[in-house]
Amino acid sequence: MGSNLATSAATAPDFAARASIALADDGLRRKFRRAMDGLMTKRAAQFPDPEAWTSLRARGAAIRRRSLARLPQLLEQLETRCRANGIQVHWAETSADADRIIQGILTDHGVRTLIKGKSMVSEEIHLNDFLAEHSISAVESDLGEFVIQLAHETPSHIIMPCIHKSKEDVATLFRDHIPNQAYTDDVDALTATARRVLREQFAGADAGLSGVNFAIAETGTLCLVENEGNGRLSTTLPPLHVAVMGLEKVVERLEDVPPLLSLLTRSATGQAITTYVNFISSPRKEGEQDGPREVHLVLLDNGRTRIFGDPQLQETLACIRCGACMNHCPVYTRVGGHAYDAVYPGPIGKILTPQIDGLATAGDLPHASSLCGACGEVCPVAIPIPNLLVRLRGEAAHQNSASTVMGAGARHSSVEDWVWRGWRLMHQVPLFYRVATRVLTRIGNAMPASLPMLNAWTSVRTKPRFARRPLNELVRSRGFDHE
Amino acid sequence: MIPIPEKPDTFYFFGTCLIDLFYPEAGLAGMELLRRQGIRVVFPSGQSCCGQPARNCGFAEEARAVARQQVQSFPKPWPIVVPSGSCAGMMREHYPELFAGEADEAEARAFAGRVYELTWFLVHVCKIALSDRGEPVRVTFHGSCHSQREMGVREEPRALLRDLANVTFVDLQRPAECCGFGGTFSVRLPAVSGAMVADKVADIAATGAAEVLSGDCGCLLNISGAMAKSGTPGRARHIAEFLMERCYGK
Amino acid sequence: MSNARTAILDRLRAARPAPLPVLPEWSVTIPPAERLNRFSERLEASHAEVVTSTSGHWPSLLAERLKARGNTQGSANGSSVHYPPGTHHGRCLADAWTDKPELRLVAYDQPVEVLKDTLVHRVDAAVTATRGGIAETGTLILWPSAEEPRLMSLLPPLHVALVEAKEIYGTLTEAMMVQNWSAGLPTNALLISGPSKTADIEQTLAYGVHGPKELLVIVLDP
Repeated sequence: MGSNLATSAATAPDFAARASIALADDGLRRKFRRAMDGLMTKRAAQFPDPEAWTSLRARGAAIRRRSLARLPQLLEQLETRCRANGIQVHWAETSADADRIIQGILTDHGVRTLIKGKSMVSEEIHLNDFLAEHSISAVESDLGEFVIQLAHETPSHIIMPCIHKSKEDVATLFRDHIPNQAYTDDVDALTATARRVLREQFAGADAGLSGVNFAIAETGTLCLVENEGNGRLSTTLPPLHVAVMGLEKVVERLEDVPPLLSLLTRSATGQAITTYVNFISSPRKEGEQDGPREVHLVLLDNGRTRIFGDPQLQETLACIRCGACMNHCPVYTRVGGHAYDAVYPGPIGKILTPQIDGLATAGDLPHASSLCGACGEVCPVAIPIPNLLVRLRGEAAHQNSASTVMGAGARHSSVEDWVWRGWRLMHQVPLFYRVATRVLTRIGNAMPASLPMLNAWTSVRTKPRFARRPLNELVRSRGFDHE
Repeated sequence: MIPIPEKPDTFYFFGTCLIDLFYPEAGLAGMELLRRQGIRVVFPSGQSCCGQPARNCGFAEEARAVARQQVQSFPKPWPIVVPSGSCAGMMREHYPELFAGEADEAEARAFAGRVYELTWFLVHVCKIALSDRGEPVRVTFHGSCHSQREMGVREEPRALLRDLANVTFVDLQRPAECCGFGGTFSVRLPAVSGAMVADKVADIAATGAAEVLSGDCGCLLNISGAMAKSGTPGRARHIAEFLMERCYGK
Repeated sequence: MSNARTAILDRLRAARPAPLPVLPEWSVTIPPAERLNRFSERLEASHAEVVTSTSGHWPSLLAERLKARGNTQGSANGSSVHYPPGTHHGRCLADAWTDKPELRLVAYDQPVEVLKDTLVHRVDAAVTATRGGIAETGTLILWPSAEEPRLMSLLPPLHVALVEAKEIYGTLTEAMMVQNWSAGLPTNALLISGPSKTADIEQTLAYGVHGPKELLVIVLDP
């Protein structure tokens, strides 16, 4: 039930409408609340010492900023080193380009079945649907991704894609989609079933696809982080490996990896390290018995170079995709991932999606925040997400031909302009302010609750009661110095 | 971490627009509490709003104009005490970026560096000693997001409440979680905001406290309104008012 | 596609360069005396089993373990164990197990394409060496090679890893520095910190979702 509601929420026109649908689903809210509570507790347990957290975070933040400061050079270095190692490098300006490049590689090798490790970039470029149109079947092998693929849904969290599914939901999906599978909601049994089914898929796959957590320019190495081993299988068993990454994921040196890795796994799932950390530096070498014969790396732009052009918004690209911002977000916790109708939900999605897709389509997302600051506080690379939300709100509201943000001014409203002009006048001129506060305190309570804005407020609250006299008037009578 | 200044002879009080309109008693209580610590309190009459509402909606120019009025209204080098962590956070954290590249950037930065949150100032600068004269009561505290995350105020209000002999302080299950106010967020996304404040009210109710206190009037408007609408018993008010009443009988 | 490359790099170069921040100091140190304990504790917390043995005795210890465990892949008799015949510890194992017909040593000495069915379905365990361990996180360092291919530590239900006690480093950074990783990495360097696991279904931990369900770490001291 829950998932049906969540899915229908994704089709509503804007965040407010989708959120309302999601909020009505008690089961969904319980699942997210429980999961987020667990993740917050586990993360907190990983950072018991504030000083150690501060210094590690400062290091991680500086590594990512250094990588961005030298991004063009590092990408060239990465390409050179990868090529020297035998990894073929491709550049894609758009999602469509990346899809075509990957499909081209697969078609050249006669691939009919592609086994996939978890990759959010492959979600971003909607690769599975594109490949299906070209008669290539893409099979998700991460357990969570496998579940949502069976359900024909999208991930609701970047780290735990099927967080919106109960074990009963999974049991039903398995029974309905896997031959001879009886209903069981025992998690161990479900996991064993997935192992059995996916082993066959791995054995039969013509190619494997993965994402990349960090690409190391110094050595031409792709670093992949995971717990299940499906990432290793996807990148080792089939004869061809295609890795796809956002071009911002490059770091300078191998020694940059340990602090980032530590921040990533502790922030994401509260683990000191994941079960597997995989450093891939080349295809199978002469004499080696396994590993793919070819490794291809696809570097995706899809708006990232545009984001890079703005010194403030560039911080968006420091992200290491740990998901801690969504785990700690009071809005995400209540509405779940599908309400964002975006590949990347939660706080990072609220700044990334409008910059990739444009403010015309995603301009409401920066407002889907109370600016509580929890995301910025836990971000392991100190991305000032709340400030970037505010910046994007401004970009959406103001027509500015010089703006580099796609869809700048798309949410412009003359009424809103006038409201803020009036607000400014009232608060900038002391006489106006004193008169306004005197008037409001005397007649404000007579305002009908049906007024726009006030009716939104009173849907769950009583009308605010204005005081009889404002403080600026009372201080005089109480003998305080006022100058 | 905000450096702790010397206790001044005189300081400014910034009342905030929400206090002007909805909670003037909280402002008076804050000023009175400070006056009783032997400091002269000055309330500049040119003050109005910190500018946060416009800033948060992306109207930086309007926010800056109003912020400039505040900067100009507090010209002397005295500390500026604010009975709101949110407004204090706006001034301390965001004025420097709001004025970046402006002719008066240095002035705004100096102003920002003088801004303190009320309970923090009472604890660290005044080193206030409280003597409780009230009846036994059970209370809880909701700290605003910006008081915690921008002003670093977490333990201070709790320490003040724990100092009161007849007050039983019970913390919330989720003390760091947003109440769902968020200024215009509460009316742009009323359903989400409503779900958040409903959870906050339930958290407050679960403490069994007769009063929920806060250092921020935005949260108070939201929480008290939701408590009243849902028929949740209990009172919500500013911590300054509560401290004044307990220690000085108002 | 070179057009895309040029266009992307041109756009990046057109941006006003951000200042290059200095890397603040950061380090974690774990005193040598605490390393072995920490290493074992962390691995055990990650659901691995850690036993200590010696370079002479470990093959018989392993044999007892495997006999007690029985075969898991359903072969008719005995356990089938992948081992690296060309390495020192592979030879130790072969020498020590000549009288143990129920433990069949299987070499992974042909390409995966040839051995795929055996690898995927018919092996109960694999024994590999390591390049040491990391105390901070309870981690094994593996540099798979022609003798010890990558899938050995991944496909069988049980992975047995040998670690020299003297090769347990404090942190990953330390291991990278001491072993000079940046001078040349293998095809696939690996860090392994427990058996394969997932928490994708209701955050309930389940082991062996794709890789080994069990990880047995034998610390050799000395």
